[in-house]
Amino acid sequence: MADDKQPLVCIKGLSHVYKKVQALDDISLSIPRGLMIGLLGPDGVGKSTLLGLISGARKLQKGSLEVLGGDMASLKHREHVRPKISYMPQGLGKNLYADLSVNENLDFFGKLFGQNSQERKERIERLTKATGLYPFLPRPAGKLSGGMKQKLGLCCSLIHDPDLLILDEPTTGVDPLSRRQFWQLIDSIRQEKPNLSVIVSTAYMDEADGFDWLVAMDAGQVLDTGSPQELKTKTATDNLESAFVKLLPKSKRGDSHSLTIPPLAKSNGVPAIVAKGMTRRFDEFIAVNNVSFEIQAGEIFGFLGSNGCGKTTTMKMLTGLLPLSEGEAKLFGKPLDANDLETRKRVGFMTQAFSLYGELTIKQNLELHGRLFHMSSQKCQERIASLVERFDLKAQIDEKADALPLGIRQRLSLAVAVIHEPEMLILDEPTSGVDPVARDGFWELLIELSRKDKVTIFISTHFMNEAMRCDRISLMHAGQVLVYDTPQQIIETKQADSLEQAFIHYLEDASQVQQQKPEKQETTTASKPEDIEPVINSNLATLSSPKEAVQGFSLTRLLAYSYLEVMEVMRDPVRIAFAFFGSAILLLVVAYGISLDVEDLRFAALDNDQSPESRQYLSHFSGSYYFLEQDELHSVDEVERRLKANDISLAIEIPSGFGRDLKNGHTPVVSVWIDGANTLRSGTIEGYVEGSHARYLTQLATDAGIDASAALKVSLQPRFVYNPSFESIYSFGPKTPALLLLMFPAILMAVSIAREKEIGTITNFYVAPTRPLEFLLGKQLPYLGIGLANFFILTLLVVFVLQVPIKGSLVGLTLGAFLYVFAATGFGLLMSSITKSQVAAVFATTILTAMPTISFSGLLQPISTLEGGAYFIGTIWPATYYLHLSVAAFTKGLSFYELSYDLIILAIMGPILVTIATMFLKKQEA
Amino acid sequence: MLKTWLNIFWLGTKELRSIMSDKGMVILIIYSFTLAIYGQATATSETVNNASIAIVDEDHSALSGIIANALYPPYFNVPELISADQVNAAMDQSQFMFVVEIPPNFERDIREGRQPKVQINVDATAVSQASLGSSYIQSIVTKEVNLFVNRTDNSAQSSVELVKRFAFNPNATGMWFGAINALINQISIITIILTGSALLREREHGTIEHLMVMPLTAFQIVMAKVWANGLVILIAYRVSLYFIVGWALDVPLAGSSLLLLIGTSLYLFAAAAIGIFLGTIASTMAQFGLLVMMVIIPLMTLSGGMSPIESQPQLIQPVTWFLPSRHFVSFSQAVVFRGADFSIIWPQLVTMVGLGGLFFGGSLLLFRRSLATSS
Repeated sequence: MADDKQPLVCIKGLSHVYKKVQALDDISLSIPRGLMIGLLGPDGVGKSTLLGLISGARKLQKGSLEVLGGDMASLKHREHVRPKISYMPQGLGKNLYADLSVNENLDFFGKLFGQNSQERKERIERLTKATGLYPFLPRPAGKLSGGMKQKLGLCCSLIHDPDLLILDEPTTGVDPLSRRQFWQLIDSIRQEKPNLSVIVSTAYMDEADGFDWLVAMDAGQVLDTGSPQELKTKTATDNLESAFVKLLPKSKRGDSHSLTIPPLAKSNGVPAIVAKGMTRRFDEFIAVNNVSFEIQAGEIFGFLGSNGCGKTTTMKMLTGLLPLSEGEAKLFGKPLDANDLETRKRVGFMTQAFSLYGELTIKQNLELHGRLFHMSSQKCQERIASLVERFDLKAQIDEKADALPLGIRQRLSLAVAVIHEPEMLILDEPTSGVDPVARDGFWELLIELSRKDKVTIFISTHFMNEAMRCDRISLMHAGQVLVYDTPQQIIETKQADSLEQAFIHYLEDASQVQQQKPEKQETTTASKPEDIEPVINSNLATLSSPKEAVQGFSLTRLLAYSYLEVMEVMRDPVRIAFAFFGSAILLLVVAYGISLDVEDLRFAALDNDQSPESRQYLSHFSGSYYFLEQDELHSVDEVERRLKANDISLAIEIPSGFGRDLKNGHTPVVSVWIDGANTLRSGTIEGYVEGSHARYLTQLATDAGIDASAALKVSLQPRFVYNPSFESIYSFGPKTPALLLLMFPAILMAVSIAREKEIGTITNFYVAPTRPLEFLLGKQLPYLGIGLANFFILTLLVVFVLQVPIKGSLVGLTLGAFLYVFAATGFGLLMSSITKSQVAAVFATTILTAMPTISFSGLLQPISTLEGGAYFIGTIWPATYYLHLSVAAFTKGLSFYELSYDLIILAIMGPILVTIATMFLKKQEA
Repeated sequence: MLKTWLNIFWLGTKELRSIMSDKGMVILIIYSFTLAIYGQATATSETVNNASIAIVDEDHSALSGIIANALYPPYFNVPELISADQVNAAMDQSQFMFVVEIPPNFERDIREGRQPKVQINVDATAVSQASLGSSYIQSIVTKEVNLFVNRTDNSAQSSVELVKRFAFNPNATGMWFGAINALINQISIITIILTGSALLREREHGTIEHLMVMPLTAFQIVMAKVWANGLVILIAYRVSLYFIVGWALDVPLAGSSLLLLIGTSLYLFAAAAIGIFLGTIASTMAQFGLLVMMVIIPLMTLSGGMSPIESQPQLIQPVTWFLPSRHFVSFSQAVVFRGADFSIIWPQLVTMVGLGGLFFGGSLLLFRRSLATSS
């Protein structure tokens, strides 16, 4: 093994900046090997950034960073150590694929590290048996409880047997029992493999007590390092939370006095909230199951439970956001009514995400809400002034909410919730992610609101010490309320030392009840320490070592991504439906709908002559298939009026004396007005008018006994090639698929990668030894398949429904479609490489593909008739060549060889687009 | 009542701030109403423009040279001379849309009155250009032959003279029509995307829930989005109409500019309502993107802007009646080109409002349900 004395991580002068925010500020640190390292500190102090940098997921900006004995700025070293490092990002199951089962997730991670199927199977079995996930292998990751997601995340991180395990806040929001099991699991893994180094960040100070070595961080800087005992001794405190506060610079320590809560005055009024048997189902899943409780006016009522236990759903039901499936609830003695605006005025609500408008300043946010509660301008200003004072928001009043630190946003959020002086506050986890000092400050405000202003407060949290401050709490787990009482009473009932202990007892009781019913077991199944033994069995070392197999281009990893994508698409029926039926419907609509065959033109005559001759002239129009005669016109004014009203598109005026002049050999003049507004039609109308006029003249000559054709000096013979019947469908039938085969695959493709970026699974690409080209091509492959399937559906429709036969090479057409879809998905890849969110990807792809495909690629106007920029775009846009090829293969009947020019150009475009996308796709986060 | 409108007003100001602070969106809007319109309008030039043409001249006479010279830009490219055996291959490769074949001894046959045959090959897969272009070629050839023979372009003694006038667009400039259509298409796309995603974004960020627990109704929230986003587009439209369409492209406005603005506002209402409607039925951004596709393509292709409504098959015509864009296209054409007044186009206005109301009502019905599914 490597030299044990060499540090695991060696950091010198490391800084990291996001736009304006300094995440890490000139850090120097040396982390020893083979230990359990804890990174301590609240959200936003730079813990995640540091872990991201160590794992290689983030790009080094400034300073030097050595991990496992090499420089992380060097690509070569990163490629070398990637298989040895494992990184589990922050957020419950953030790097898991929610639609994939436990087994599929693990299998995918195994493939990324080049393990063969036998090896994967063995490893998966061992890991899941050890963690108690084995019975849940077929369950989708998205349907696991928070604790199980964390275990699965851990299994995924351990599948390739790393030397360094990096866990970013692995237990945040997980119930205490699962948390305890999680740490036991980590401990036994370390016993199995003593040289494994683990770096963990956490916001729970009490957890950190069990770690070997700690790094306390604040505001992008390291406060101190050492073992828990060293830190406590240094600060002369008996627990880590106080030690941490002592380590903070003086200005940040806040008032050192501890929080005192005046006792609750008894109130005999109507309970503020009464819930009876509230139940909420989402399809089959029961989120909240038969929940009942009463909250007295003026009380602070706490809701304690892990993420996903139903706290938020219960609160949403009480605010009327979600209808109740069963049961009833009363607010202020009145039954809950989602449409009751009066009750809403008495309630203030703060959602989990601090739902502020990030683009508005503090002042604007407050003003907007004041206005929406119909406060007068003066009263609103007064109230804002007093709240700003009380909540200490003055310094940042004109800053946008997005730019504020979490603690200030939290206070602003509370200020917004109380601006209308509500009688009740519903706060959904208002303190998650906020540092201990800010949390205490926030609680002071809450206590003041409760005791001074007599506001009823209903608050959810997963912090035990916060729950201790509530008048009464209810413990919630898996949709059910386990108990509700005062915190003291709950502790006493279970004869526990702390609330956490008591909660664990309740959870154990609940899980025993659940285990009687199989299939219902959730978080708390068999992961007792004794099961953990073979997690990383030394036998695994005898299996082919994955660390050697991951260099170079790997088809396994590429196909791993393809398989993943296929699974995800297959489980999203909406996307499938759009991809196939959507384009089929659009084909019929567009190909049928766009028709340039002009017929039934409405025309009217202004016959000033009313002679047999004039009627004969007009009969050449009314008798034509192209024209449809309307009511006669009576004046020149009427001509204009009816043209304006679009009642007619053509007016013919025959002068008085037409017949007489004709007989006398004078040349009468017939005038026609053509509606020129729609230039698509006016040219065609003009042609038809001339044709009818010419036929009249010929007949006139023939009647007079002259051979009219002989009078013509030249015989012109137009020959309409390819489409002799001259029907639009022969043109648009083959052309429309070009539009659909570009836009649908491009958008689906762009969204697929943007989604990984947004959800966070892209991290797997950053930290695994996957190459950008493997990632992109792997993702592209399934959409290539979808595009081709789409092509066959569309082609069948064109041939059998639109009745446009394929006269040319079907092979050429199919190859063209393949190359075209490759280019289209390549464009989607490019769009997703340069955008960050799904919104941006959808927008950019739609807008950038719609115009060139519809206007510049020859759908309506041949490319050669375009000018300037439009012509240029037309010549570099793939749709131009596929459209051309499709028409040639369908209508023109060209052979494979004759299609080769378009095929060659299409074949070049896809690889070019993918290459550009690869260049834009970053292998590390900024 | 007053409170309702005040709420709508204040919520709307928030929307405006949101749009303005989203730089990407602002750039997108500016691009869509300037470059995109200019590009599309100038691309939609005369129906037959720079058409590729070749001549097979087997006569090599003065007359055949005259005919070749008479086919010139902007209608046609300068004709290329090719040989008879190249015709099929060249047309297969779409090198030429038209090939005129002048037979040997053409000029001599004309002089001797033998009526030689000139063949005009037309690539009929380019439907719109084919028929018009071939009739242009026919009349050009006839005219040149007449000139050559009679030294006058009076074709055979015609007994009735035909005078053609193009109402509303005397020179039949295709770009006018193209500019207005481009403008309408951009309005449809941007309005639907903007309002729909404004709603989805609030749902994704959870701020919509925050609004729903305040004393606000779904009507107020939706209405605020409609007016604020509509106003932004309306301003962009007005500016674009003035600077891009009126000034840069020089398209005259025959009707009342106020009437046009009113009609556009009503269309914006309808389009924004569609956007909101899609925003309520889609549960993710990916679904929204695909839904937008499904809606925008028919909105653009069947509105009458790409091909006349009258030409659409009987089966489709009644369906297009439900597209607000169809009514807006016919309204815009009537006002911009024909100078139609209110008495003529009121049915279109009423229909647009009605359709807008339909989608608006639909989204209100689905609003709460959409909140429940997004959680």
